[in-house]
Amino acid sequence: MVLALLKRDLALATRAGGGFGLAVAFFLILCALVPFGVGPDTGALRPIGPGILWVGALLACLLSLDRIFALDHEDGSMDLLATAPIPLEGVVAVKALAHWITSGLPLIVAAPVFGLLLHLPGAATPWLIASLLVGTPALSMLGAFGAAITVGLRRGGLLLSLLVLPLYIPTLIFGTEVVRRGAEGGDPATPMLFLAGITAGVIALVPFAAAAALRVNLR
Amino acid sequence: MSLLTVQDLAVARGGMRAVEGVTFSLAAGQALILRGPNGIGKTTLLRTIAGLQPPVQGRIAMPDDAVAYAAHADGLKTALTVTENLRFWAEIFGGGGLDAAMSAMDLRGLADRPAAALSAGQKRRLGLARLLVTGRKLWILDEPTVSLDTASVARFATAVRDHLAAGGAALMATHIDLGLDEVEVLDLTPRRAKPGVPTRPAGFNEAFA
Amino acid sequence: MSIWEYANPVKFMRLSGAILPWVVVGAVLCTVGGVVWGFLTPLDYKQGATVKIVFLHVPAAMMAINIWVMMLVTSLIWLIRRHHVSALAAKAAAPVGAVMTLIALATGAIWGQPMWGSWWEWDPRLTSFLILFLFYVGYIALWSAIEDPDSAADLTGVLCLVGSVFALLSRYAVLFWNQGLHQGASLSVAPGERMSAVYRYPLYLSMLGFLLLFLALLLIRTRTEIRRRRLAALQAREIRG
Repeated sequence: MVLALLKRDLALATRAGGGFGLAVAFFLILCALVPFGVGPDTGALRPIGPGILWVGALLACLLSLDRIFALDHEDGSMDLLATAPIPLEGVVAVKALAHWITSGLPLIVAAPVFGLLLHLPGAATPWLIASLLVGTPALSMLGAFGAAITVGLRRGGLLLSLLVLPLYIPTLIFGTEVVRRGAEGGDPATPMLFLAGITAGVIALVPFAAAAALRVNLR
Repeated sequence: MSLLTVQDLAVARGGMRAVEGVTFSLAAGQALILRGPNGIGKTTLLRTIAGLQPPVQGRIAMPDDAVAYAAHADGLKTALTVTENLRFWAEIFGGGGLDAAMSAMDLRGLADRPAAALSAGQKRRLGLARLLVTGRKLWILDEPTVSLDTASVARFATAVRDHLAAGGAALMATHIDLGLDEVEVLDLTPRRAKPGVPTRPAGFNEAFA
Repeated sequence: MSIWEYANPVKFMRLSGAILPWVVVGAVLCTVGGVVWGFLTPLDYKQGATVKIVFLHVPAAMMAINIWVMMLVTSLIWLIRRHHVSALAAKAAAPVGAVMTLIALATGAIWGQPMWGSWWEWDPRLTSFLILFLFYVGYIALWSAIEDPDSAADLTGVLCLVGSVFALLSRYAVLFWNQGLHQGASLSVAPGERMSAVYRYPLYLSMLGFLLLFLALLLIRTRTEIRRRRLAALQAREIRG
């Protein structure tokens, strides 16, 4: 049952009008614009590379958040899912997972390439991939929470970013720190542990808050 | 066997009680039609019984996982085909019988069309076919015949009759006579909530009035 | 008689109406008294006259955090016990809290300029307050975006809960990120680190003043919210006849 939901969400995201790949394109544009803003020399780009890559991933992830529940809410699927045998918490978790697979995973694959554009040192690349792999699931889950809160609103998109971005701060701090320490040859283990801890906590607890918000928006 | 028992139910819309004191029960093989003027709270009552919003007062008793709810929105994905849409809901509800449902609602010829290409009436039929594949006993239907032509209404009536004969039950809000035998009508007009009786458990806006 | 009786809007209106004038008078006396007394204190040997902004900065910063905690508590009361006044109090407190945060940030910047040589430093405390301000803004925006008042109360309550956890998490994440320049707590219990009594007593007074000021604003704003809800309820009843 849960797999059916995941399969459908992935199918919807990859078919026409699903917006698959937009996040990566946005990420690319962002990484291409930064050098125009700060200048082309390695000396200027190298220190800000980890931060730009993480902020870019975070913003790209934000793009498709409002689709997590809004479409299902509009066409009545949410009412039907709420009466289905899957608990609403499970629906939230599966939909966040689908969002991560369609938005987070492509970013992780693309990030090392975009790292080259920003002169990220080769030693940092494995840490970039690892930190995104550990951190982005939390972004998707927190995004699902924001989407659940704003699902009933007509112009919820802007509000969604306003609510979700502050929640991303801890993940951003530790994620960037992992890459920075990786680039400078420091010890990335400590921030990595914090990052993993936040993600684990978010995945364990936030579905309950998001499901509560969905229930409010259903009535 | 009683599939649904509602006792002294009061529901609220927009922070105000809509209807109150609603009591009825529905046994297997029975259908109940809700009637009443626009805005009295039929939709709210159906959503409350389906478990989508909490009641203000009263009790709703039914077996676990019994409800299949269908309202104005059909929950269809335009990017998926008719079969994919139906199969999804069958898998979600752990039901089956796709072929039978498609025959019953005359969707066989449309099986591989994307839902985007369907007309309003065809979408509606697909939405009703969804009820058949859930395998749920208790159908809660809000204006199920909107945008259906006479032939489709007859098909739908047949589907409801088969469902009742198979031991199901249906609770619906509709103005159309479906020609069902075992059907009762509950007029909600006398159940309209009387505002501002302070002794009642207040809640919602009435705490302030 | 239990405290929950005051969750009834009518009882709350009666009690708050009776104590409001006293709270207002107390707020004016203590705030003005504390700030003026603070201004008359001698100059600090290190920080000179700039130290006097402490009498605005510290109380505002204290209230910025306390108001969020109060909102958390009232949100929980609403979510668990469904008392409407509690939800409306949280709604009424939020803009006051946001302004207190802004005052703390602005006075911090004005104080920091001569001390650190720049208007803004990404110091952990300042950054944490900036983050707190973002949470206030999101909370207020969510209240104003939702039409149905009970849904708005529920959703903002959940946001306040999750936001509290993340505000706290951000506080420690920020410490990890930058160790900072900010001086230690102004009122520390550890002896030797305390500021001298000359400054301490006017500070206590202005902190009490800010607390009463918040209480006065909270009561006024909650009363307004209750009246607004009452108006909406009466209109809804009239429409239905």
